Amino acid sequence: MTIAGGVPATEEAPPPDAPPAPRRRDRLAEALGRLQPRRLGLRTRILLMFSLGAVLLSGFLAAAAYSFTRSSVVNQRDKAGIVQAYRNAQVAQNELSTNNPSADAAVQRLQSLGVALFAVNYRGAWSASSAKYTSDDVPPALQTRVVVDAVASRMVTNVDGEPVLVVGIPLTVTDAAYFEFVPLDDASETLDSVLLSLLFAGFISTIAGAGLGALVASRAVRPLGDAAQAAKAIAGGRLDTRLEPTDDHDLRILANSFNDMASALQARVERDARFASDVSHELRSPLMTLAASVEVMKARRDEMPERAQAALDLLVGDVTRFQGLVEDLLEISRFDAGAIRLNMEELLVAEFVRHAVAVSSVPTTPVAVTERAEQVLIQGDRRRLARVVANLIDNARLHGGGDAEIAVTEPEGEGEPLGHIWIAIEDHGPGVPPEERHLIFERFARGAVAGRRSSSDGAGLGLALVDEHIRMHGGRIWVEDRLDGEPGARFVLELPAEELAP
Amino acid sequence: MAWQDGGVGTRILTVEDDERIRTAVKLALEDEGWTVDEAGSGEEAIELFARATPDVVLIDIMLPGMDGFELCRSLRRTSDVPIVMVTARNDTHDVVAGLEAGADDYLTKPFAPKELSARIRALLRRIRPISPGHAKLVFGDLEIVPDEGKVTRAGQELHLTKTEFRLLCELAQNPGRVFSRESLLDKVWGYDYFGDGRLVDVHVRRLRTKVEVDAANPRHVVTVRGLGYRLQS
Repeated sequence: MTIAGGVPATEEAPPPDAPPAPRRRDRLAEALGRLQPRRLGLRTRILLMFSLGAVLLSGFLAAAAYSFTRSSVVNQRDKAGIVQAYRNAQVAQNELSTNNPSADAAVQRLQSLGVALFAVNYRGAWSASSAKYTSDDVPPALQTRVVVDAVASRMVTNVDGEPVLVVGIPLTVTDAAYFEFVPLDDASETLDSVLLSLLFAGFISTIAGAGLGALVASRAVRPLGDAAQAAKAIAGGRLDTRLEPTDDHDLRILANSFNDMASALQARVERDARFASDVSHELRSPLMTLAASVEVMKARRDEMPERAQAALDLLVGDVTRFQGLVEDLLEISRFDAGAIRLNMEELLVAEFVRHAVAVSSVPTTPVAVTERAEQVLIQGDRRRLARVVANLIDNARLHGGGDAEIAVTEPEGEGEPLGHIWIAIEDHGPGVPPEERHLIFERFARGAVAGRRSSSDGAGLGLALVDEHIRMHGGRIWVEDRLDGEPGARFVLELPAEELAP
Repeated sequence: MAWQDGGVGTRILTVEDDERIRTAVKLALEDEGWTVDEAGSGEEAIELFARATPDVVLIDIMLPGMDGFELCRSLRRTSDVPIVMVTARNDTHDVVAGLEAGADDYLTKPFAPKELSARIRALLRRIRPISPGHAKLVFGDLEIVPDEGKVTRAGQELHLTKTEFRLLCELAQNPGRVFSRESLLDKVWGYDYFGDGRLVDVHVRRLRTKVEVDAANPRHVVTVRGLGYRLQS
């Protein structure tokens, strides 16, 4: 490209504000970016690097070995050929130095000695030992050097596509020249087999390199896997999870900072949980006084004026609510501190649900149990699971617009082995819109959910506690539409279960 | 066995250091018809116990100086009076420690005074006569005389608390039958299905230290795994 007088010579010339150099660099970076295996995982990159290294190294070693072998084989041939040729040339010279010299005699003499591939130039006339190699196969340049210049010389040539070393020795005394053919095809066969084995070795070492790479990669990635697993455990609530101390000082940095982070997190979570627990404990004493005093006043409600009665009723209601809230808060802080220990026992699920309903706030709630579910056992903490059922009945009473129904069913079809049991509570309330279904199990669910759901009675921890309890039992809870399509919510508790052996 | 069935004349000693709680609980319990004595510390309680001879003692675990567990053990050395522990925490540690120290039942703050009254009534309930004609029940070296509240092992009289004695009598009513924790809770403590099974376990443990030759290898009060307990010769 030529630029004359600052006028762009072609249309592709860069605009003045974008000098060509950076643009070229951009393009280079772009090209490099495309080449860089940035999107490949660490493991793949290590594997690729090892394979590439193995290919390059074995290629280099193979090339070096081949060229060394080649030169050494050719050299050996060369030397042997020359030594042999000199010896044979001496024989020819001796024959040609007799009183009655003749080329044929020399040829015969040499043939009798077992020399097969040669040609003799005696006073300009050629005689050759075999039909395959004749004087025509002696390159003219070599002929000139040996016959005319009388200098011993050698040259590699091709006869019928096969490499042949031709050694020429001038027999100056007798005005003759001796040429010997040393076929190199067996040497090239040797070299071919060497090449083949080198290629094979290169292939093997590349595979081995890739294998080693995979091994190293998995070893290199293992600490990351451990760390990921530990992080998952911490996220899952096992806050005392730590990485194993290691001797590797590169990894020690990772392990130490990970463990420091985990300790800080644990301390913080525990402090928060302890705070909630301490607050609840502190609240218990005044609540005790309140509860007892309210009881005394309640006993004299009839002696009070009407307005005082109304105020007392409010007081009684809210002391109860306050008490429930403190209990829930204390309970949930125990979950947070990981201090909940389940008192597991085997329970006949149907019998358990009927008992739990009987002591709940709506003991008349109907319980429907399928025939198969009657014979199902669960492992659970009786008192805690009863609170779960009671909480869900309370929830249905407060938000579900009246009577609820409970159904105990098996999720599995007939004939399938039973692994879980469903305890479902259906109400006749407005239901829960799909986008809020996961939110209602949050603590003190806020926003639209809270606006709709928290009536004056609704302590915001009930469903969060239900969720915690069920998760501790290895089950899950969700809310969906009623099965019969009518408006209302259906809360389903799913718990691991087993069928009673018949 | 002449303890009363609740109501006027039944004396309750409440041991609680928080004066406001103590006063409120006293007012509420008096409404329920009990006579209430108050103590603000363990030492005061021991002194008052000797003078007032209460029928039930209500002990808060967190006391200044001598704590609730210590007070409980101290009272148990001389008396089988029913004791109810009041804990601020529902932690297994506090509950079990309280029961091991000799308490018959426990309540968690804040409790409704009506609930406390129900517990006290259950503790004071007279043991129902077993069946007529069974003046004496014999289980190997163990002899129970329900009407006299007397238990002997190899002729030696054993000192059981009232709750321990009632637990033993319940088991003795149907020797060999397995009693679930729930049914024992219901019969001895008046709890419903969702009562605390630890109450039964701790009391069975304490009962064994008294009626068994080797409490670690019980021969009379036997655990039936997963089901409950049973009494055998």
